[in-house]
Amino acid sequence: MFGQFTALADITLTIARGEFLTLLGPSGSGKTTFLNVLSGFEPPTSGRLTLDGRDMTAMPPEARGFGMVFQGYALFPHMSVEDNIAFPLKVQGRSATEVKRRVAEMVEMVGLGGHGHKRPAGLSGGQQQRVALARALAYEPPVLLLDEPFSALDKNLRGQMQDEMRRIHRDTGTTFVFVTHDQEEALALSSRVAIFERGRLQQLAAPREVYERPANRFVAEFLGDINILPVSGGRIEGRAVQTDAPEGDLAIRPEYMALSLAEPTEGNAIAATLQDLTYLGAETRLSLQTPGGVALVLHQPTASLPEGLAPGAAVWATWDPARGFLL
Amino acid sequence: MTSRHILLLGPLLLLLGAAYLVPFLGVMQWSVTLPEPGLGQYRTALTDPLVLGVVWRTLRICALVTVLSVAAAYVMTLVWVRGGPVARLVVELCILIPFWISVLTRAFGWLALLSNKGLVNGWLQTIGIISEPLTLVRNEFGVVLGMVHFLIPFAVFPLASSMRAVDERVLMATRGMGASRARIFWQVFVPMTKSGILGAVLLVFVFALGFFVTPAILGGGRSVMVAELIYLRIFQSPDWGLGAAISVILMIAVGALLALMLRQTKGAAR
Repeated sequence: MFGQFTALADITLTIARGEFLTLLGPSGSGKTTFLNVLSGFEPPTSGRLTLDGRDMTAMPPEARGFGMVFQGYALFPHMSVEDNIAFPLKVQGRSATEVKRRVAEMVEMVGLGGHGHKRPAGLSGGQQQRVALARALAYEPPVLLLDEPFSALDKNLRGQMQDEMRRIHRDTGTTFVFVTHDQEEALALSSRVAIFERGRLQQLAAPREVYERPANRFVAEFLGDINILPVSGGRIEGRAVQTDAPEGDLAIRPEYMALSLAEPTEGNAIAATLQDLTYLGAETRLSLQTPGGVALVLHQPTASLPEGLAPGAAVWATWDPARGFLL
Repeated sequence: MTSRHILLLGPLLLLLGAAYLVPFLGVMQWSVTLPEPGLGQYRTALTDPLVLGVVWRTLRICALVTVLSVAAAYVMTLVWVRGGPVARLVVELCILIPFWISVLTRAFGWLALLSNKGLVNGWLQTIGIISEPLTLVRNEFGVVLGMVHFLIPFAVFPLASSMRAVDERVLMATRGMGASRARIFWQVFVPMTKSGILGAVLLVFVFALGFFVTPAILGGGRSVMVAELIYLRIFQSPDWGLGAAISVILMIAVGALLALMLRQTKGAAR
């Protein structure tokens, strides 16, 4: 166990050694504050932070020895790539040969061989991000804190850096605590995701679980499109459906709903009118409306759609009862 | 720039031309015609031991003044940019108030404080630390003190803009690595404000080279600097040619330094 912590508004969470924990939430949700408490830049007004049972609540950042990677990379503009990476090693007073060996190792690890003598200004955004990562990992910190490190990169580069990040996390075994507001990024990278909203921890679970079994409506809606149908007396708009409980809001992800032209004989279904089709290549996004006025979104493989489907058509939206969950 | 812009700038350009360019061309003409045509005055200016002595003293004083002003301004700016609200206000007043007081008033103020019968000597004698007054003005000490006092605020602005440009997250990252305050300051903060330091050094040095009032009053004729020498050549001896030649040389030196400064600031902007 890495530590236990209580702060912001009654947040208690334990970060396991070697895990990749993502703090996800909209801006102002408290995820960055939480990271600052971990790093020591914002002391909590109450609560405790422990590392391996040792209380470090009042410890200043310089004594914690955590690695940090920031949004703007925060590299030393007046130093070469190698000197940037060497800086924390020199702070620790390691010998010159040790520093040299470790810097060469880190430059290799982040794939910047041949760029060691360049200044940060001479590198691309992705390369600068690699330097920041190498610098933060060079002194083998027990924990690496990352504050929206990819937000300045374009989409392709982002995906590439995410793969790299996963590899580096695997290779080093360091505990990563990663802040982002990008849901896909959080789901793609983490071993667990902590979802924040208004200073409270909404859910802490593995990516698949937060996506498919969200703890509440906020989490369900924050993690992507979702269809929500009010259930009362075991019925939706008068039609009997199979659910865990007879009352509540039933939530189904768009990719787990299917389109049918005829009324299905088994499974759950609801009648609706097709409002709009958006062709997205492999997938088509369908907007439906039920007679009761609930808007639904379906993601269907384009190849599976019936010919001549057009707005105004009367259709059925169907789903496997196991895929719906009550909020 | 369109022609309309030039039209709007016209009056200013005309004024600057009439007030600076025309007289300077006149001075250039004197330097090669008085008392006889030729480059004789330039030869004198570059070889005469008296002139060279004054030039050497000017460079020495300006270098010392620059180092002291920029160092003092660096500390002040650091407090101004990164200090608490009260400290900020105090520094702000210390920078602004001198701008409202004329250089002449300030020079006489220093005289009142530092002369043999001035406040400082009187006080030191009263409490018995010294029996004879210290010579605090009418020497190089007084000149340096007066000039540093005048020039600190000018060094503050280039320093402040470079300090404001320092990314807070870099300093946070450095702290996170466990670096001491001293290491953060000397190995990260100071190098990151290098362009501001260079700008302040050039600005103060260029300004100091042409100083006239402060050295004339606080130096009391004993530590003459180049500007005063030019004044003496032109107003108190009929040696216009030499005064003009020294002026032109000073002008070229200042122009070269300004060009360097411009290149430096452009380099920093990239």
